[in-house]
Amino acid sequence: MATELGMPGTNQVEEGPVGVWGMVIDQDLCTGCQACVAACSMENNVAVVGEEDAGYGRYMHWIRIERLWESTEYPKVKMTPFQPMLCQHCHNAPCEPVCPVYASVHSLSQDLNLQVYNRCVGTRYCGNNCPYQVRSFNWLDYQDERIHPELVTLHNHMNPDVTVRRRGVMEKCTFCIQRIHKAEDKAKSEGREIEDGEFTTACAAACPANAITFGRLDDPESEINQRAEANQSRAYHALEEIRTMPRITYLKGGV
Amino acid sequence: MATVAQPLASPDIDEHEDPRQFLMHDPLPRGQMNDMVMESMHTTSPIFWVVVIALVLIVLFTLGYEWYVLIMQGQGRAGVTRPDYWGVFLVNTVFWIGISHAGTFISAILRVLKVESRRPFTRAAELMTTFGLVQAGLSIFMHLGRVWLVYWMFPLPNQRTIWPDFHSPLMWDLMAITTYLLCSTMYLFLPLIPDLAMARDRTQGGWLKHFYKILALGFRGTEGEWKNLTTAMNIFAFAIIPVMFSVHTIVSWDFAMATRPGWNSTVFGPYFVVGALHSGMAAVAIVLFLLRSTMLHYKYFIRAEHFNTIGMLMLLVSMAWAYFYFNDYLVPWYGGDVWDKLFQEYAEKGPKAYLWYTMLICNIAVPWLLLWNKKWRETPWLLAIAGILINVGMYLERYIIIPVGVTINRMPFTWRQYEPRIEIPMTIGTFALFLLLYMLASRVIPLIPVWEVQEGQEAHMLRKVGKAHVSTLSDLE
Repeated sequence: MATELGMPGTNQVEEGPVGVWGMVIDQDLCTGCQACVAACSMENNVAVVGEEDAGYGRYMHWIRIERLWESTEYPKVKMTPFQPMLCQHCHNAPCEPVCPVYASVHSLSQDLNLQVYNRCVGTRYCGNNCPYQVRSFNWLDYQDERIHPELVTLHNHMNPDVTVRRRGVMEKCTFCIQRIHKAEDKAKSEGREIEDGEFTTACAAACPANAITFGRLDDPESEINQRAEANQSRAYHALEEIRTMPRITYLKGGV
Repeated sequence: MATVAQPLASPDIDEHEDPRQFLMHDPLPRGQMNDMVMESMHTTSPIFWVVVIALVLIVLFTLGYEWYVLIMQGQGRAGVTRPDYWGVFLVNTVFWIGISHAGTFISAILRVLKVESRRPFTRAAELMTTFGLVQAGLSIFMHLGRVWLVYWMFPLPNQRTIWPDFHSPLMWDLMAITTYLLCSTMYLFLPLIPDLAMARDRTQGGWLKHFYKILALGFRGTEGEWKNLTTAMNIFAFAIIPVMFSVHTIVSWDFAMATRPGWNSTVFGPYFVVGALHSGMAAVAIVLFLLRSTMLHYKYFIRAEHFNTIGMLMLLVSMAWAYFYFNDYLVPWYGGDVWDKLFQEYAEKGPKAYLWYTMLICNIAVPWLLLWNKKWRETPWLLAIAGILINVGMYLERYIIIPVGVTINRMPFTWRQYEPRIEIPMTIGTFALFLLLYMLASRVIPLIPVWEVQEGQEAHMLRKVGKAHVSTLSDLE
């Protein structure tokens, strides 16, 4: 890879896909325990917004467990199976073209949908245009110690690999890109490709029922591809009809 | 060449009617008219200053202190939340851009179409355009999460060679609003030059003399100057019409280009333009009523015939708006898309349904029931009330499209009510700032385009054909 740095804007660093990452979520296995939500918040320094704001819809979790009433009429009371909802890393992402400052971008090397926090000016168009409603906005300075002095005691809980976001910035699931980078660097130093299952995201690692699987989409032998193939009759993409081409395959539950 | 025209709102002047009720047939000597306008600028009652001080205090508190709080603490002080990422600030933006449309419509389209009754109130409407756009721009800045970085949205050369993304409808919007602000300010300025020269010649020293001297660009009223000015105004009048149509179409694309149900609609462009004219015309009626009842001598300039013209335009635009609204409503309803249906059901039957019904009453029932009668159209206070109600309706229309509409999205898990918080005082602040700017401008700028009125009065005359009086208009060009 060419790495010589010339004048700004003239360095031509060749970038190409290193791996295509995806996820399979089995709704039959999901128990709704929210371990993924907790693990994700720990791994990615997701702010705790407090009871009042969370109740008003300002929770900032990058992953949430959705469950809806299918029928509320007795005796046919029925709920939908749990559905963990996180950024689908759309190949054709509606959030990307609407950002006026290129803060919502597609990474070339991982083919992921990423948010550049320090570029974001907070127009919130991406959040509006996301059909999955998985973008969280920093409505207030939730992680500023000058405003929340109690956070001082929690210095060591922060993940040093992940930025702490300030107010007025949009954020979202990154597929734990810090872990992807770590694995990429390790594989590169050892002169090999990243193996499937070498690392996983925080939510997948925390899932006690193994409902969430993370891995390489471009490797036909990978676990996610095997799982999706074995359960082809149950596999679907969320909101397939609007053709965002998501990276996450759900396996329908309760069938 | 003399052309027989029906230049006034009333097609024929019948025998018993006094033709002097029309401004164009009630000429005054030039000097007297100029003095009247100058006097109206300089006669200020103590109530005026009390109102100005009150408005300054409101603006300082809302757009000063409250905005400072909003910037320092974050958008959380506003009511926005998931899924209502956009709230009242963008409602205000669309609303004020809508208000600003009337000025261009009246002064450009009516000028191009040579509607004679436009003459005395073009300036008042153009000033609304410029000051309305100021509020729209401020509202966008209020909406931004990190407003101190707003220059990242401007195409400024920078060391990192990062350009703004012109794929984004927000960038089109920024370009369109900036273009419109520049064009409308220039278009406000051009017809103002002769009046500024008039004011310059009638001001004795002081900073105002310097102000007029600089802005009048040395206009002396020679034949060549008039010719150049007329050419420039003609070019601008024609050029600004497409700009006016494009700017609100592009504002509508902020919504129509999104994947949201209820927003992704092809009719939004013309629908928003007509909506803008609807609120703009109504706002002109309010402003004319206020000017007529507060400014000295304005009862001479702004008469029943002008309210009649505005009233007819309001009725016409209201009908056009109803047509587009039901297009926007019926076609998705017939299409039967599940999300569109949910969106419509939420608007009609949801907890905010009262807004939807109020909107329909204010936007359709009020103008259709009040404005069909000429006697009523010629009653200024009635027209002002209709104007206020129409503006309430149009504000609610934008409110239903933005914060009420985004409540319904494709993830029912996130559906949630939006309640404005700090938006309320800041919205009041934009209204106060608009009024304040307008009031201060009324002390400095002649709000009546005197030369246009004089030009019209010179061109109009009454001829007796048989027993009837026929209003004739000599061709000016």
